[in-house]
Amino acid sequence: MSTKPKLALYWAASCGGCEIAVLDIKEKILDVDAFFDIVFWPVAVDFKVKDVEAMADGEIDLCLFNGAVRTSDNKYMAELLRRKSKILVAFGSCACEGCIPALSNTTTKKATMDWAFADSPSTVNPDRIMPQTRTETPVGVLELPEFWETVCSLDQVTDVDYFVPGCPPQAHQIWAVLETVIDIMENNKPLPPKGTILGAGEKTCCDECPRTREEKTIKGFVRIHEVIPDPDKCLLDQGIVCMGPATRSGCGGLCVSVGVPCRGCYGPAPNSKDQGTKMISALASVIDSDDPEEIDRILDGIVDPVGTFYRFSMAHATLGRVAVDAASGSSESEGGS
Amino acid sequence: MTTITEAPLQEPGVVSAEWRPRIVAFLCNWCSYTGADLAGISRIQWDPAVSIVRVMCSGRMDPTFVVKAFRMGADGVIISGCHPGDCHYQEGNYKTLRRVHLLQRLIAGFGIDPKRLRLVWISASEGDQWARSANDMASQIRSLGPLRMES
Repeated sequence: MSTKPKLALYWAASCGGCEIAVLDIKEKILDVDAFFDIVFWPVAVDFKVKDVEAMADGEIDLCLFNGAVRTSDNKYMAELLRRKSKILVAFGSCACEGCIPALSNTTTKKATMDWAFADSPSTVNPDRIMPQTRTETPVGVLELPEFWETVCSLDQVTDVDYFVPGCPPQAHQIWAVLETVIDIMENNKPLPPKGTILGAGEKTCCDECPRTREEKTIKGFVRIHEVIPDPDKCLLDQGIVCMGPATRSGCGGLCVSVGVPCRGCYGPAPNSKDQGTKMISALASVIDSDDPEEIDRILDGIVDPVGTFYRFSMAHATLGRVAVDAASGSSESEGGS
Repeated sequence: MTTITEAPLQEPGVVSAEWRPRIVAFLCNWCSYTGADLAGISRIQWDPAVSIVRVMCSGRMDPTFVVKAFRMGADGVIISGCHPGDCHYQEGNYKTLRRVHLLQRLIAGFGIDPKRLRLVWISASEGDQWARSANDMASQIRSLGPLRMES
């Protein structure tokens, strides 16, 4: 029986990018394997859920959980791994704050199901057969997990010890986190306070951005496909909506370095909880107009404010999910200004 | 003296026969709060649905305050500052003007009627104007009904 610390990795509602990111630490994965006994990792090793169920509570030393929680199965696994793990880490943007899956909170379960199983152009389903949680067949009963109306982050369904943001977390940050954990476990060092955000910076993305910033005065917004941005100037200065000012540092300014605006995947900046409202604050300060009509014209350039400002943090938006009746078309805001 | 707590002001989603709207008004210290004070001194009455929070400048209004007010049970939010050109800090009210325009688009995206957020300019001498604005907003919110937040 191995005496090595036990490591589990799991994916819930995610794209699998976080799993790839773990492998992006390259040959250091061998160091991880040398130090840890990998006891559960559906994407890479052949242990089953029943193996986890058979473990004693707290038997797993470290669990990196990626993916948001949107089905009853996701929730079951989140709670199971919480019980079996000493340290549960929300790994990646989905587990931390919902990420792309949580953009589904701007629509409804019904709309999502209709599109996925009936209405999308590549689907042929004239009888509109929809997945059922329970189906009786001649060979037995088939069961599927329940699909939720609302996508949650991991900390909304269970107790989380640490958070590693990013979509996906960058390899150097993953290694830094694992190295720290190995150091703590090997040398019996104290753990960081619960709730700490690991593998990220303590400033904003702008701090890591190599571009030159000037006094910002924006007379209009453009979308990234409409312009070829100046390679050296701040993207926001050029009227491209860049989430840098409202996003935590840690990625090393990857996107902005290659001319793509920050989308906000490292989550809200330190000391702020709501990325969207912080971005509104930042943007409103730099719009160069005092005239209400001109302001509105400039703001027309921002397509889909909710999806842009909460692209990664929708599950933690202060206003919660978009009202179901609004998302299904009977919004109270329809008659609005 | 009102105590600010983390508890919701009212149970979200509960509509009762004797529903009374809750409107949070953020008033700048230099013009609007003084204006509301003048209304009080002049014994002008305004709708009790409106509760006032004093901020140093309308430019202090972090959009987070507004969404948090809605989250905690407010049915409407008023932000009031000095008239354009009169800001005690030169341009705080212009900043809030742009924020409110963008914030109205955001809350509309969440399914909240943008009319539930209103920006007004009230000077220190406009006590009656303040009372009118407060009453006007209260009747607007009464016609819109309670705001239902989904968790």
